[in-house]
Amino acid sequence: MPLITYREAIKQALDEEIQRDENVCIMGEEVAQYNGAYKVTEGLWAKYGDKRLIDTPISEAAFSGLAIGASMLGIRPVVEMMFMSFSYVAIDQLFNNGSFCRYMSGGLMNVPIVVRGPANGGTSVGATHSHTPENMVANHPGLKAVCPSNAYDAKGLMKAAIRDNDPVFVMENTLLYGEKWEVPDEEYIVELGVANILKEGTDLTIVSHGRCAMLSLQAAKTLEETHGISVEVVDLRSIRPLDEETILSSVRKTHRALLVEENKPFCGVDAQISHIIQLKAFDDLDAPIRRVSAIDAPNFYSKELEDWQLPNEERIIEGALKAIA
Amino acid sequence: MATTKKKTTAAAKNAGAKLKNFATAPINKSLSKDEKIDLYRMIVGIRRFEERSLRAYNQGKIGGFLHLYIGQEAVAAGIVSLMEKDDHIITAYRDHGHALAVGMSMNECMAEMYGKHTGCSKGKGGSMHFFAPDKNYWGGHGIVAGQTPLGAGLAFALKYKGSKGCAMAFLGDGAVNQGSFMETLNLASLWNIPVVFVIENNGYSMGTSLKRSSAEENLAHRADGFDMEWEVCNGHDVFEVREVANRAMIRAREEHKPFLLEIRTYRYRGHSVADANHEKYRTKEEIEEYKRTKDPVNVVKQHLLSDGTLTEELAKKIDQEKKDEAEASAKFADESPVAPRSEIQTDVYWEVDNDSEGELKGTYFFND
Repeated sequence: MPLITYREAIKQALDEEIQRDENVCIMGEEVAQYNGAYKVTEGLWAKYGDKRLIDTPISEAAFSGLAIGASMLGIRPVVEMMFMSFSYVAIDQLFNNGSFCRYMSGGLMNVPIVVRGPANGGTSVGATHSHTPENMVANHPGLKAVCPSNAYDAKGLMKAAIRDNDPVFVMENTLLYGEKWEVPDEEYIVELGVANILKEGTDLTIVSHGRCAMLSLQAAKTLEETHGISVEVVDLRSIRPLDEETILSSVRKTHRALLVEENKPFCGVDAQISHIIQLKAFDDLDAPIRRVSAIDAPNFYSKELEDWQLPNEERIIEGALKAIA
Repeated sequence: MATTKKKTTAAAKNAGAKLKNFATAPINKSLSKDEKIDLYRMIVGIRRFEERSLRAYNQGKIGGFLHLYIGQEAVAAGIVSLMEKDDHIITAYRDHGHALAVGMSMNECMAEMYGKHTGCSKGKGGSMHFFAPDKNYWGGHGIVAGQTPLGAGLAFALKYKGSKGCAMAFLGDGAVNQGSFMETLNLASLWNIPVVFVIENNGYSMGTSLKRSSAEENLAHRADGFDMEWEVCNGHDVFEVREVANRAMIRAREEHKPFLLEIRTYRYRGHSVADANHEKYRTKEEIEEYKRTKDPVNVVKQHLLSDGTLTEELAKKIDQEKKDEAEASAKFADESPVAPRSEIQTDVYWEVDNDSEGELKGTYFFND
């Protein structure tokens, strides 16, 4: 199986969907002639031209809203946010119009757009460019939130998101863009709302998403090798819809849970997961649910401190040992 | 540097002069007798519907906000009467007039305000959120100027698909200072999108007069900053609205160019019914003067009486019919049931609503 980067996998998804459906178009800042600020759309403008690859001015509110309006008439715009942090400039469009138009019209319309872009810290760009808004997205019924942790999922989830008839946010990660995974040549889709068990285990369940799922996998291997602890790693893939069943059946097996995310802990995604586990698997738990999240402050600029602020293998192992104690 | 693109505004042309008879403009002259009567019927219908909904609000039957369109009726009625099958329309929260103009029934609109299951949005949207996609009407939007990029998006889709239509994006004078609107003007002009922005300038953004909110009071002039054509006209005479809007719409359809139309109009009531101060931030005399000289119902009536289209008897009959229709809609709304509780979690996700096969097993959309 070919080994390709996370970036290339997303590009393949976009390329294949542009070819498949004439209503799919990509819009955003520097997506066309510049080839994408992170080169995710590299080469697509040369291949498909101005109609399908649309450079926008720096006007997130206008082009997000425009994409929503166009989607009402059947266009399927994929809107790139150079950083997901920039979606905050378009909050009214995305979080009012994008999420609620269907509801407020009593189901008379739907908004098939994809909003994609990197949503992560860890790159020394300061707090304003380091948001992880999957919790905020998931807190808006009507929106879907997807956080691919690897190239295979990134491609399959992106294709599913584009074909989805609801608005989907795909949260990518700049630290993953250059990482490689095996991705088959044949076409495939990864359905939203189906979690992936990255590694099976019996002593502890780690529930995670996005890049943290990969860090958790690494930590799980170390825990097994150096501490003899068998860890099961559940990668959520999508936050909403959420695959509760996979989380719960894993916890029912291991009786212990550690939740790992780059989100801030206060009202983060894992606060919700924690609630679900205590509500539905209370009697299966042998210990309190533990969490490893970003340390609760705006992202630190200085690399050394930001690297500590975000979940890392050391902090995950520390959390796992507490959960197992 | 000033461009030569500006047009002399119809409003300026007529300032102080005897009103031009727009009824004789070609686009209006071509109207059949029945079509003219339909225009009158629509304007009167909106007026009577709004008056009835005000009563319902005062009786406590309608919750939340109620933004009445009384005084502005000729704008929606005039522009919608020009719409062709591929044209689309979107507006803000003062949306009842546009809804009735596109052909939504008084029943579904009134029931929506009553929060009933029979409402156009099953009671999920309320007064500010009427929708009828089957009539090319895309709402009804509650956040000031939030609908303007959506309107550009409708036009973008039309152009993308090679359709001949245009999108009519309505906003109030209070929306012009929002960033999203100005960003949208830029995008629309940059990309040559067939959208006509219609500023219904009623002089007040809530309780703040234009003078106190906009540095440049000639709102249409903002189009110059985006190399966009603009025009200004009065909104009390449906024939003037039609004459001026028609040019903008033809240009949008045929040349795929955006247009900014400022229509000077007036609302008789407060920003919303809860606005108890609406006679304090302006004088009673100002309101009375507009009603006396420029009432849209009277103006169209006088036009149609003077050209023989209408008789006093017929006008009275139509008026009574519309009062009865509005009254019946209130009765319909009152007697309709509210939606069952199970409706709270429908219409959230298309995927859930269309899951007839039960394929979502193992996938959870809603948390406890």
